[in-house]
Amino acid sequence: MAYSDKVMDHYSNPRNVGSLNKADSHVGTGMVGAPACGDVMKLQIQVSDTGVIEDAKFKTFGCGSAIASSSLATEMLKGKTLDQATEIKNSDIAEELALPPVKIHCSVLAEDAIKAAIDDYKSKQGA
Amino acid sequence: MKTPVYLDYQATTPTDPRVVEAMAPYWFEKPGNPHSRTHAFGWEAEEAVETARANIAKVIGADPKEIIFTSGATESNNMAIKGAAEFYGTDKKHIITVVTEHKCVLDSCRHLSEQGFDITYLGVEEDGLLDLQKLKDALRDDTMMVSVMHANNEIGVIQDIKAIGAICREAGVKFHTDAAQSFGKIAIDVNDMNVDVMSISSHKIYGPMGVGALYVRRKPRMRVRPIISGGGQERGMRSGTLPTPLLVGFGKAAELALAEMAAEDKRLTQMRDKIIHTIQDKIPHVFLNGHATKRLAGNINLSFAYVEGESLMMAIKDLAVSSGSACTSASLEPSYVLRALGLSDDMAHTSIRLGIGRFTTDEEVDFAIETILANVEKLREMSPLWEMVQEGVDLSTVQWAEH
Repeated sequence: MAYSDKVMDHYSNPRNVGSLNKADSHVGTGMVGAPACGDVMKLQIQVSDTGVIEDAKFKTFGCGSAIASSSLATEMLKGKTLDQATEIKNSDIAEELALPPVKIHCSVLAEDAIKAAIDDYKSKQGA
Repeated sequence: MKTPVYLDYQATTPTDPRVVEAMAPYWFEKPGNPHSRTHAFGWEAEEAVETARANIAKVIGADPKEIIFTSGATESNNMAIKGAAEFYGTDKKHIITVVTEHKCVLDSCRHLSEQGFDITYLGVEEDGLLDLQKLKDALRDDTMMVSVMHANNEIGVIQDIKAIGAICREAGVKFHTDAAQSFGKIAIDVNDMNVDVMSISSHKIYGPMGVGALYVRRKPRMRVRPIISGGGQERGMRSGTLPTPLLVGFGKAAELALAEMAAEDKRLTQMRDKIIHTIQDKIPHVFLNGHATKRLAGNINLSFAYVEGESLMMAIKDLAVSSGSACTSASLEPSYVLRALGLSDDMAHTSIRLGIGRFTTDEEVDFAIETILANVEKLREMSPLWEMVQEGVDLSTVQWAEH
């Protein structure tokens, strides 16, 4: 399969690989996908007291498009407020990376991971 | 050393330059149709074709008259199964095959099942080998044929063809074997192994693509109805003009394969075992798919736990290998062969096949090992699954959101 230059760039030089302390109350963690499907994404956000995403990290088990989608997602998240982050759609990621139709599910997974991380953060704050 | 390094010898092999050289005169200087009886060009072509036939027969201990040329192993497999079914199928409508067979065998059987045949698909053990007792138990009075491949294209496992042949002969059942991967690589004697019909490929043994053969036993006689109608060439079994240059190349490739078989097997076995053992010694959770020793010298099929196959393929793009997962073809289905070994989907997703062969160098082997080691470690650092395993999480207890 021929990948776009942007996918190759994110795949070869992934941004923000790593982990944040999931026990920290300022950190929200989203883990989506399943090994049997060939994709597992873990996406974490660190949110400031003013509700701005200061840092984002990911680890992904998946194809090149899945890795690129999560890498791009972390870039998009940084500096956004939680409300702005909620607005990120899978189509934004798919368009930016020029994903082929069979890889659209990778961008869907990234959107799911963003939402799961935000939900996790909010539930921590609510508790 | 040039990159990418070709490591997909089970898919196809480069045509040996000696084969190319042997073929060369038959494109222009010697243009005859081997079926032309009225002039020297035809006679010359016929002689070349018959020399090739003899060279191919010699590799498997057959009589040259028992070799029928085809367009390749896919046609041979179709012909062996459908052609035999047409001949013997009036009263015997049961065929036994194995789930790890090549798609063309399985699909030929599926085609016959739509025509009223009953097909038994035997499973394999964890190492890819067939349990012979299961074969014996599956035999019936109306069993027409047993079709079991000699060496598997994905995992390289070599079935005990001699034992299977003996079982079939005793039961009075015809025995077909797909030898596309084993012909010219390991010793075969169709008489010792009681094979009735055998599929052979040229481009897996450094011959040209587009040509193959079917061995069809004469005594006791194996009957195969033609599936291609026409001028009645090849003893009436396969019509169509024989492609002289391709057959000359195929014959030369067979001659070289037989002459170099022992030395090549030894060299490739050492390379194969070096790749497997070095990788397994350096990084944990790497599993060899298929039996460790009853396998083709040129086949390595490894699963790298916690790393996804397609991203590994991308990372090792300097190595031309094949993925055990069919993800790249957009079907997102892991290999049915690996599934048959009992591999879970996630392990089947993380497997790659490295095929080495005649032109693989020690330098390429070392480069392949280094490339794989470095990238598996890099991808594991990026893998949430690997992180969880390092934290002591048992992944089988995790509730995943299947998508």
